[in-house]
Amino acid sequence: MLNHLDRLESESIHILREVAAEFRNPVMLYSIGKDSSVMLRLALKAFTPGNLPFPLLHVDTTWKFRDMIRFRDETAASHGIDLIVHVNRDGLEQGVGPVTHGSRVHTEVMKTEALKQALDLHGFDAAFGGARRDEEKSRAKERIFSFRSSTHRWDPKRQRPELWNLYNTRVLPGESVRVFPLSNWTELDVWQYIQRENIPVVPLYFAAVRPIVERGGLLVMVDDERLPLEPRETPSEMLVRFRTLGCYPLTGAIPSSAATIPEIVAELRQSRTSEREGRVIDHDQLGSMEKKKLEGYF
Amino acid sequence: MSASGNAPAASKDIDAAFSTQNEKGQLRFIICGSVDDGKSTLLGRLLYESRTVFEDQLSAAAAESPTYGTQGDAVDLALLVDGLQAEREQGITIDVAHRYFETDSRKFVAIDAPGHEQYTRNMVTGASTADLAIVLIDARKGILTQTRRHSYIVSLMGIRQVVLAVNKMDLVEYDRSTFGSIVDAYVAFANELGIESVTAVPLSALTGVNVFGSGEDTPWYLGPTLMEVLQTCTISGNDMTSGFRLPVQWVNRPDSEFRGFSGTVVSGSVERRMAVAVSPSGSQSTVERILGPSGDLDRAVEGQAITLVLANEIDISRGDMISGNGQPPVLADQFAAHLIWLDTDAMLPERPYLARFASASAVAQITDLTHRIDMDTLGRLAAKTLQLNEVGYCKISLDRPVPFDAYAKNRGTGAFVLIDRFTNATVGAGVINFALRRATNIVWQKMKVDKAERARVNQQKPCVLWMTGLSGAGKSTIADLLEQKLQAMGKHTCLLDGDNVRHGLNRDLGFTDRDRVENIRRVAEVAKLMVDAGLIVIVSFISPFRSERTMARALLQQGEFVEIFVDTPLEICEARDPKGLYAKARSGKLANFTGIDSPYEPPQSPELRIDTTSLSADDAADAVMRLLLSQE
Repeated sequence: MLNHLDRLESESIHILREVAAEFRNPVMLYSIGKDSSVMLRLALKAFTPGNLPFPLLHVDTTWKFRDMIRFRDETAASHGIDLIVHVNRDGLEQGVGPVTHGSRVHTEVMKTEALKQALDLHGFDAAFGGARRDEEKSRAKERIFSFRSSTHRWDPKRQRPELWNLYNTRVLPGESVRVFPLSNWTELDVWQYIQRENIPVVPLYFAAVRPIVERGGLLVMVDDERLPLEPRETPSEMLVRFRTLGCYPLTGAIPSSAATIPEIVAELRQSRTSEREGRVIDHDQLGSMEKKKLEGYF
Repeated sequence: MSASGNAPAASKDIDAAFSTQNEKGQLRFIICGSVDDGKSTLLGRLLYESRTVFEDQLSAAAAESPTYGTQGDAVDLALLVDGLQAEREQGITIDVAHRYFETDSRKFVAIDAPGHEQYTRNMVTGASTADLAIVLIDARKGILTQTRRHSYIVSLMGIRQVVLAVNKMDLVEYDRSTFGSIVDAYVAFANELGIESVTAVPLSALTGVNVFGSGEDTPWYLGPTLMEVLQTCTISGNDMTSGFRLPVQWVNRPDSEFRGFSGTVVSGSVERRMAVAVSPSGSQSTVERILGPSGDLDRAVEGQAITLVLANEIDISRGDMISGNGQPPVLADQFAAHLIWLDTDAMLPERPYLARFASASAVAQITDLTHRIDMDTLGRLAAKTLQLNEVGYCKISLDRPVPFDAYAKNRGTGAFVLIDRFTNATVGAGVINFALRRATNIVWQKMKVDKAERARVNQQKPCVLWMTGLSGAGKSTIADLLEQKLQAMGKHTCLLDGDNVRHGLNRDLGFTDRDRVENIRRVAEVAKLMVDAGLIVIVSFISPFRSERTMARALLQQGEFVEIFVDTPLEICEARDPKGLYAKARSGKLANFTGIDSPYEPPQSPELRIDTTSLSADDAADAVMRLLLSQE
């Protein structure tokens, strides 16, 4: 009998291989977080001793934590991976950012639009994402192979039936699918797998003393000089870690002393709040995530 | 420097918790039943009591309850699971949700199914991967049509354990006899379906009675709570009786040194040095290496994604199935199956669909719909098509032999889905009952005089000139002129005209979509025989559907099928109306008329398009002649 993590691992590998075999031009969305790290490890396993049969794509909003970018470049180099980094140049020229334009516009322009640009530019017909169904209630509704129209839209009311593990991989030119190999993993599964497999992750997940300002209940880390401080606002040194990573002004830290994976797991078991609570983009409108997904966000 | 997972000195307690965590089994269950029986509320209750719901999620549900909730000022637990905005606004479940929770002894994947009949296809999606089904019933209403429908699908999908959750017991004052009579009726129905195990629990998802905690309100009930059932039921794997099965997904060939066959073990197990066979080729070999996710293995079991290296070089590709030697899967191109239809466009017998099996893909046609199942009474009904959410028993014919097993023996290799070849929609799902040997007993007779020989004697290149277009487009007129011109050149021809053929060969067919498909199939087969006889065949048929024209093309060899689109706008056809048919159709005296209340799908890349608004019939016939001569 396989244990729980073994089953999840094999299910994900099956999905990865299915896409490589059936699609003309797949790509793996790499967001640098813990889920991406696990997904990348699974992909390396799926095709060993061969190399990855697809490139990685990072949509860079230019507002990621500096630690994330460093980690991304190290990872790509150590595995000899073909990494594409895409930035929405139009958005950058117009100076779109989370501080000046707010979370909704920033996410729309620098993430969703940028992602669609990159997919169109390279003509990808399948894109892996590390999203999990346990993350958020609209994601709990999504298929493993999630069909997107030629304008990258998701239609949650007309999802293709998805029976057994017989995936419908057919798309017309211009259409695509988003594929979620980690659909059935939980946050806890991800950490246990990282522990078991000794998978490197960004240090921001572990507790450390960091410069923090508190804004509207959110603990924002002052990662660089682009974060404008109010006259009487001074960053205080706090022992924090991040449960999830995104653009630094939009991602809240949590007070924590969990500096190892077992400590993180123990903390999660007692936690009374959800993983994405610290993500501003989930709460900037009613049904936030679903609306962003309809427009083409992951 | 990047941090990694090797924790230096974790406490022993944390480590121990860690390993038992991973040894817990996982149960996948689906919650089904009719609308408003309380499925989402029950799932919300399970999540809430297992402490899976977080404070921020609960406060979000509480904030939305006055607007979207159905419980007055109280928190509506259903809002925790109905994840789509449209679901929350309407207070219904549209699509399946997968939710994850765990208790001290087990992990769970709960699949919340929609109750409305129109969303049954989404319920099927959830049921296909479940180990157990909770069938929820409103104690006040008893067994409803949708209860029976869902139970039928549960049994069709091979789920053997059912928990009958009689909900809203608080609204019938926890009445014992109400519970008893519902259970008796349901068990009788489940027996007819062949569901082996039914455990009944009286509960209230709203108050939590008999969900987690025992019920003081039901002193007469001594059985387990719902949670106790879920924690102690057996978790069945795929059946092992059919032996080792590895559908090949991907041939891993990074360099000339390594050649491996990747896939997931669907059933049974494989060991190093084991003898294996490959279907459909029948080749045999021995396992040299097994690569698992974490390196070389001596043995791999059901559920494991592996890569096999075999001892000798044999030709294996994606779609083949590797099995234990002596226990091969069935290999056939015809089988009987139960089919559930998942698309708003009805199933059409004889239309070619794409079938996806665990291993291979093939073009499939439903050759015979034996009967449809009335899911309410389990009776058999005569049927010519299947509509959305209907189940039928049918015979299916493939364009090539495919390896499979009966679904009752192997859930992993006995299932298939059907995909529309043009819209790419997933239109049907089936479970295989058994292979039909009919086709294998009819051996193709090899004849001395063949098509090439007849063509040589006739001194022409036989082909089909397939003219498609609306009624009144001018097909028959052009076809008639064309045949005269060919005859004048001494060519041997035959003209198949839609109306004329319907007086003879196809006089038993009407104008429903199903009959139109059969009409074209017969004409295509006749045209093929005539091409074999060495003739130039002119077919003049409306032939409105793209997929049937594609089927006709597929029957013939490359270059033998010439599609000619007689392109005349509907307004012009209607103005001409040579047979007065458009007038009849407009006045409602003629149903299913192409262009009026039945669709016409124009060819996307015909060999020739004739625009009759700019060409005379004679010019059009000449254009076809030029095309023919250029190909000779």
